[in-house]
Amino acid sequence: MDLYLPVAGVSVNALVIVALGALVGVLSGMFGVGGGFLTTPLLIFYGIPPTVAVASAATQITGASVSGVLAHLRRGSVDVAMGGVLVAGGVLGSVAGGFAFAWLQTLGQIDTAIALLYVVLLGSVGGLMAKEAAGALGFLRTSSGGASPAARNRLVAALPWRRRFRHSGLYISPLAPALLGFVGGMLTVLLGVGGGFLLVPAMIYLLGMSTQVVVGTSLLQILFTTAVTTLVHATTTKSVDIVLAALLLVGGVVGAQYGARFAQRLRPEALRFILALIVLAVAVRMALELGWRPAEIYTVQAL
Amino acid sequence: MKRALALAAPLLLAQAEPRLVPDVSQREVRIIYSFTGAELLAFGAIVYPDGRIPGERVDVAVVLKGPVRPIVLREKQQIVGIWMNAESARFRSAPSYYAVASSRPLAELVDARTAAIYELGLDNLQLSPGGGARPEEGRRMEAGLVELMRAQGLYVEDGRGVEITGNVLYRARIPIPAKVPVGDYTAETFLIRNGRVIAGAVKEVRVDKAGFERFVADAAERYSFAYGLAAVALSLLLGWAASAAFRRRGA
Repeated sequence: MDLYLPVAGVSVNALVIVALGALVGVLSGMFGVGGGFLTTPLLIFYGIPPTVAVASAATQITGASVSGVLAHLRRGSVDVAMGGVLVAGGVLGSVAGGFAFAWLQTLGQIDTAIALLYVVLLGSVGGLMAKEAAGALGFLRTSSGGASPAARNRLVAALPWRRRFRHSGLYISPLAPALLGFVGGMLTVLLGVGGGFLLVPAMIYLLGMSTQVVVGTSLLQILFTTAVTTLVHATTTKSVDIVLAALLLVGGVVGAQYGARFAQRLRPEALRFILALIVLAVAVRMALELGWRPAEIYTVQAL
Repeated sequence: MKRALALAAPLLLAQAEPRLVPDVSQREVRIIYSFTGAELLAFGAIVYPDGRIPGERVDVAVVLKGPVRPIVLREKQQIVGIWMNAESARFRSAPSYYAVASSRPLAELVDARTAAIYELGLDNLQLSPGGGARPEEGRRMEAGLVELMRAQGLYVEDGRGVEITGNVLYRARIPIPAKVPVGDYTAETFLIRNGRVIAGAVKEVRVDKAGFERFVADAAERYSFAYGLAAVALSLLLGWAASAAFRRRGA
């Protein structure tokens, strides 16, 4: 079923896009991640222009995170005050990211920047996750070493204007989560990812947030940041394709419901290990793309 | 005197060259949701002044050209192991689409100078490269642009794309890919004999998004903030509807 995407300006098979959305939806339901880190590269591999892929993936994540946020709000596992600080940082980050995006575009390096950031972020996060999960599964013997969390916590504690976040069980400066939100917002604009794969570990290990509220709070931040990102892309790069986002969502929201059911049949460590392998696979694929001689070494940009 | 006129008559007649009466299958190519590309049929008749069809062979070339625009072309090179954009060149008037079909390969029809004058063929596009580049580098970038556009189906050269029937009727099929840019196109037809262009005619073709596709593309361009809000609202609605539907089924 061929469908012309009005903003991307290409014709795609609508069923492929819906299936892609569903696949990412199943994974995001299983692992509790937004799945943007998969959607954007897959869309680029399929032939969607990278800018449109990034912008429309952000729009799709907004929709995909709604049900999660609602579920967590009902359960009371969201720290709204902490979420507000994260969102404030995220909004600033996505606006700053918008400027960075436009600047990289004029330099002609946006595609390389996107690919490099993917390789670095997914490679390191995937590697850490795989190591941790392999240790938990008993595949690997791990020694709990590395930089001591206490040292990092001292850095966070040194920031001024500390206040209490009751739900998170924290007494820290709002600057720390705001900075995290800022990084998350920038990543959303540049990469079309929610940033949950980075925020969740950072909130646990850097801020020391209580694990019960981490996922819900990060989803709240992702919901608002991706919504703002859609607006940033719509007004600056003008590359949000509403038809593409809708197709992804139709597949994604349905897939997510099934993914959540599959997840209950697997051990959490096994789930994390599979997720780590997928993350690493995407990183490797992106790295190959950078190192291999591309099929087409020329690109045209309208002035 | 009479004799002189009689001698000159064939010469005078030869001065009145044949004319072209061209037409195209579509004055407007409409891009709608199911658009996967199109084929434009450019056809017409060669009208000879005295109504007599000469035995001598004539050839026809048809050029369909999209709006020209300034572009920057970037070339990737391997830098510390990574393929990234390194060189770039500006072209002030690169056609966004260019297709030429002819009854014989262009090299057999016209010499290089004529081809350059009439912008016939992919080697003769007047791209107006921005100054500064060395000549050989400029040529490499031009060749790169043509190769890229050709791979995308946006530049086409078909040396056997025009069919001529009885030296009078001609028709050319010109492929238009799905990612064709919108704008005002011109379909130029050239009548060629003995290496000279002896007649030419132009038809206009408009390529435009239509219906819902046009509405979406226009909204994204002109009312970008409202469009962004609509996109957010749509994704919130879809996300909420799905979670509500599955909750009801689950309960």
